[in-house]
Amino acid sequence: MSDRRIISVSINGESYEREVETRLTLADFIRHEVLLTGTHVGCEHGVCGACTILLNGRTARSCLMLAVQANGQEITTVEGIAPNDDELHPLQQAFQDNHGLQCGFCTPGMLTTLIEFLDDNPDPTEQEVREAISGNLCRCTGYQGIVAAALDAAKRLQGATGA
Amino acid sequence: MKPPPFTYHDPRSIEDAVGLLAEKDNAKLLAGGQSLMPMLNFRFVLPDDLIDLNLIDGLAGIREAGDALVFGGMTRQRDIEYSDLVAKRIPLMKEAILNVGHRQTRNRGTYGGSMSHLDPSAELPTVSMALDAIVTVQKKGGKRDIAMADFPMGYMMPSFELDEMVTDIRVPLWPEGHGYAFVEFARRHGDFAITSSAVLLDVDSGGKITRASVTVGGVGPSPLRVAAVETGLAGETGSVELFTKIAEKCREIDAMEDVYAPAWYRQHLAAVLTRRALAKAYSRAANGTEINLR
Repeated sequence: MSDRRIISVSINGESYEREVETRLTLADFIRHEVLLTGTHVGCEHGVCGACTILLNGRTARSCLMLAVQANGQEITTVEGIAPNDDELHPLQQAFQDNHGLQCGFCTPGMLTTLIEFLDDNPDPTEQEVREAISGNLCRCTGYQGIVAAALDAAKRLQGATGA
Repeated sequence: MKPPPFTYHDPRSIEDAVGLLAEKDNAKLLAGGQSLMPMLNFRFVLPDDLIDLNLIDGLAGIREAGDALVFGGMTRQRDIEYSDLVAKRIPLMKEAILNVGHRQTRNRGTYGGSMSHLDPSAELPTVSMALDAIVTVQKKGGKRDIAMADFPMGYMMPSFELDEMVTDIRVPLWPEGHGYAFVEFARRHGDFAITSSAVLLDVDSGGKITRASVTVGGVGPSPLRVAAVETGLAGETGSVELFTKIAEKCREIDAMEDVYAPAWYRQHLAAVLTRRALAKAYSRAANGTEINLR
């Protein structure tokens, strides 16, 4: 009865093939089918930014996409950001060092959002960082630490590339 | 907060998409999904068939066509934001697009989707109104052009038929050196504007305004051109006094009232933002002069 399709999605470099209902959101696919629960689901209507993932390197809200739309695409979730199991991504390290997370619910969305942002704008001002995360809600209101972490990460990433 | 059941279609051509639209009684087109997906999640919309336009080749892109730029309906807002052509030829649109949602939503959201959704305070319909854009819609067996002046029929209701879809938006260009400004007031960055103002000015070598386009968004049921302001500017030289006086005409607009703002507040914002936009546009025009409102 229900409309179903077989899809194949690459997530953090691994390919996952599943048969899904076409109305399944990408966020629920990632969490419930692939069981990668690092991507958080807050508002389910595109406001809170917690479910932000990278789709072919560009941020997207995974609650505002259908899983079938990710067929054949490359997705990076928060689990795929760190270079290996022992090391954090410079942005993650900056979050830890600058008290950039409290309860951690918004963190996956903050990290994916800021990875793309720092790629687009490697040397941002504080105001630009605040605008960049204006689509991500932190209900702990811990923005100060997040902004500090983003600015710190920008410096670290520039140092890493010798820029 | 999950989408209702529907039958999903992913046509690969415009012909197939409009064929499905003609055939299905209760179908919805899915463009970038930044408005339709929330509406599905909330079950404000209950389509039997969902027609995804994301796999159609040739429905996205920005191209020069004589004295216009033509945008494919599926052109992403991000691609408008990062287009050198848009920044150079339609600086008003570049200024406006930075207010559209957030980076995450601009990566997906499309020009044609925004036009079809037609939120009265959305930036792209507002600048399209200011620029006298022409919207091309297609259905099975034919296409037609709709001038932006005839495009909105009412609140969130474009004038095309249920079996038609937006394929292109043609935006006529203003001459090099024209003045432009887009200003808006929203409660938070990236929110829908409560009110916005989009202004375009042509200024001759003597500093006189030869052509003016003034549009307010978020005030009426759809973006509105303010003829009373436009005609009052023709032949005048820009000044603080002129712009302050003429922008007051915006208080006469029949304004909407909702939970965010009463009608009088939208009228007030329309006047204040239009005054600022006029000053900014005139200051930016090649033949204009710096107008300092303070």
